[in-house]
Amino acid sequence: MSVSGALPTPRALLSILLMALLGLGALLGLGRLARSARLQRADFVFNNGSDVSSLDPAAVTGTPEGRLLRAISEGLVIRDPRSLEPMGGAAHSWERSEDGLVWTFHLREDARWTNGDPVEAADFVFSFERLLDPATAAPYAYQLYPVVGARAYNTEVDEAGRPAHDFADTVGIRKLAPLELEIRLEASTPYFLDLLAFHALLPVNRRALEEARSRWGASWEQEWLRPENIVTNGAFRVLERRLGDRIRLVRNRDYWDADSVALESIDVLAIENQATMLNLYLTGEVDWIERLAPSLVPRLREREDYHAEPYLGAYFYRFNVTRAPFGDVRIRRALALAVDRRAICDLVLKGGQGVSWGLVPPGFDGYAYPRMAHTERGGEEAMDEEQALAADCEEARALIAEAGFGPEGEPFPPIELHYNNAESHREIALVVAERWQRELGIEVLLLNQEWKLYLGTQRNLGYDISRSSWIGDYPDPNTFLDVFKTDGENNRTGWGNADYDRLIEAAAAEPDLERRLEVLAEAEGILLEELPILPIYSYVTQNLVHPRLGGFWGNLQDEHPPRFFYWMDDEELARSRAGL
Amino acid sequence: MARFLLRRLAWFAITLWVVMSLSFALMRAVPGGPFDGERRLSAAIERNVAQRYHLDWPLWRQYLQYTGPLNLDEGRAGFLGGNGTRRFGGLLTGDLGPSFKHRDYTVNQIIAESLPISMALGIAAMAWALALGLGAGVLSAVRRGGKIDVGVRLIATLGIAVPNFVVASLLILVFSFGAGLLPVAGWGSARHLVLPALALGAPFAAHIARLARTGMLEVLSQDHIRTARAKGLPERIVVLRHALRGGVLPVVSYLGPAAAGILTGSLVIERIFAIPGTGTHFVNSALGRDYTLAMGVTLLYTALVYTLNTAVDVIYRLLDPRIELGGEGR
Repeated sequence: MSVSGALPTPRALLSILLMALLGLGALLGLGRLARSARLQRADFVFNNGSDVSSLDPAAVTGTPEGRLLRAISEGLVIRDPRSLEPMGGAAHSWERSEDGLVWTFHLREDARWTNGDPVEAADFVFSFERLLDPATAAPYAYQLYPVVGARAYNTEVDEAGRPAHDFADTVGIRKLAPLELEIRLEASTPYFLDLLAFHALLPVNRRALEEARSRWGASWEQEWLRPENIVTNGAFRVLERRLGDRIRLVRNRDYWDADSVALESIDVLAIENQATMLNLYLTGEVDWIERLAPSLVPRLREREDYHAEPYLGAYFYRFNVTRAPFGDVRIRRALALAVDRRAICDLVLKGGQGVSWGLVPPGFDGYAYPRMAHTERGGEEAMDEEQALAADCEEARALIAEAGFGPEGEPFPPIELHYNNAESHREIALVVAERWQRELGIEVLLLNQEWKLYLGTQRNLGYDISRSSWIGDYPDPNTFLDVFKTDGENNRTGWGNADYDRLIEAAAAEPDLERRLEVLAEAEGILLEELPILPIYSYVTQNLVHPRLGGFWGNLQDEHPPRFFYWMDDEELARSRAGL
Repeated sequence: MARFLLRRLAWFAITLWVVMSLSFALMRAVPGGPFDGERRLSAAIERNVAQRYHLDWPLWRQYLQYTGPLNLDEGRAGFLGGNGTRRFGGLLTGDLGPSFKHRDYTVNQIIAESLPISMALGIAAMAWALALGLGAGVLSAVRRGGKIDVGVRLIATLGIAVPNFVVASLLILVFSFGAGLLPVAGWGSARHLVLPALALGAPFAAHIARLARTGMLEVLSQDHIRTARAKGLPERIVVLRHALRGGVLPVVSYLGPAAAGILTGSLVIERIFAIPGTGTHFVNSALGRDYTLAMGVTLLYTALVYTLNTAVDVIYRLLDPRIELGGEGR
């Protein structure tokens, strides 16, 4: 080793060279990356909450996927962003037969795919057949089950694993003319148009799919959805897709209604961290965020850009009725009575969520909304919250004693309250557990599990009482009540009631809409007498939206299609502010 | 040297295989599957999904499919009863398989897209951690007991004790909300790199400063330094040319673990700054039971840590020939 320092040895030279090379490589890499990553801010930027798992409508289930897919593709029907009433999409009009079983859709002549092909009835026949094909393994294939023969085609296979039935012969979907599509239903389904607007039922382009298959072989499934290859028919096209970062959409000039689309480009971000997205919103990098942290909501609520609207979601606990003592309805009712719902809404959630005494959340006109029996609050004669809760707890103690527990009976066994990892679930569980302990003398153990473990525990009925929620797929009480049919996949309580099942089925077959809602309410009445669930609260939406953004309206399903968005000028902004 | 590298290569293969088998077993042993969601699917649809992704196969067969090189699905070779369209596949052919969650991507594509981003972040963090850490450490050793020394030691202790997400929040508060100089999060320009690199590198800079100081102090008290000083060399030459070379050895040996730590430890920083790197996939794939992606990233990290440690051993040897590599010539 050189000590004199005159000249470095070859070895030292080599190490210096290595370091220098590494440094140079790093700098070059950084520079290249920074250049390639540069992208001007889009017209409009919103956070979608996570990466979309796929751009294939048949492959996806989640809300972020739905939001993105509805921006780039268009189904037969779309929905009004204010009222959610069905409006013309790829079909400009439709007819329904007297009995409500046969629907005929008339497609637009000027609708085009991004590859120039016209959007035709055959595209929808192909897409629906693909969705139902067992080989596609579409999780949301059941959205088409109201169609004649669809369930059998999707679920019955021969020995080779191919569908046991012929699609054209057995499934009620067919092309009458190039622009005319007929769909036949098993039963009149009042929400069928809402289903058609659902993202699983968006069309895919047959030519693009088949070309991809022959061109890329085994990897076609990744290739055909790349931005440079994907073919869609919606208001926006995919320009660029960066995993974990954003999807850049641009206005589709070939869209039939392109003139009414105001935004030139949209960035759809995939930020999961709540603090990060709020930071980006507050610094003007993002124009719309949702899913706000409960701890921040009280401060954000005062802002003009905060939007809270009733949302089609219910938060409740499930009882495992196969486990003692929850098989006893008196115990379930006692526990459901002794819950301080007001404290949960006002002190824990603070976002304007509504106290709930039933399963179906508010928002359906003409629905009777049965409620579980409890002491009335508010009003002229009624007690205030505290007195009413005390009366409910009194009744709860009586019910527990009647069931043979308490001071004069057996000691009540400790119960396990099961929930998944999230701050607000824990806080709600604490409020509930504290009341049960204090008022009913029941020992409550909190059991917190990571998401997938939690799902497994709930499915296998490995719990006593488990936190749950349900978000409606379509604006109809059936989307909630259907869940608790005996042995339904999502029942997960072990509860079943033959009368309840009969009513749900009767409602599905009932052509008279008013009568149908009555039947559904009757079913919910049974559910709330039997209480396999413990209702807690109904959801509200939480959106922070740039004050200048026009075309953004609150609605029951928290759906905000960007094709209706535009930026307001000063005058309109002033008017909209005055209107508030 | 060649023998050393060959030996390392053999161990590399064995390590990868053990890690792969262990992570395969662990992923499958954890309850819950990649397609479990809030809404349970009907038994028939669940069966369709399982068939499509071969989750209905016995585990040994799924394992062999994952390792390759023979493909076992419908496209397998004719002598195995398949149609022969895709005879080979799996890890041994360099194919980490399709991701379960990101269905439009293969694991190879996900890594190719996210790793350069994590690397850029890691290199930037490492560069400033080294520059600042070494400078502060050497200065602190030379000015032992002075104000600079006390200051450096205090800040270094703080830097090690304070977790990087706290540093990140402070940086955002000061530079984004306070001064309005840098973006709070996101990815797209060199400006987006500054805060995350600072936050990520901070604890490492502190550690390097302490190591450099200790190393320098030890060397500065040795005979050859006294000789150099006695010869009348200027202090600058003594420190930079004679002491530094020995003094940085502890820092060099720390570089391997540090580089690995920066790469695998970037996930918190990636989340706070919304950086689309590999760290996020590491956590999300495990939580989402994305079997192939979780294993792919685990294998990637194994390979990186192993390679970095080997590289450090080699550099160490180049800096100080007295060090023997892996018992060579023992």
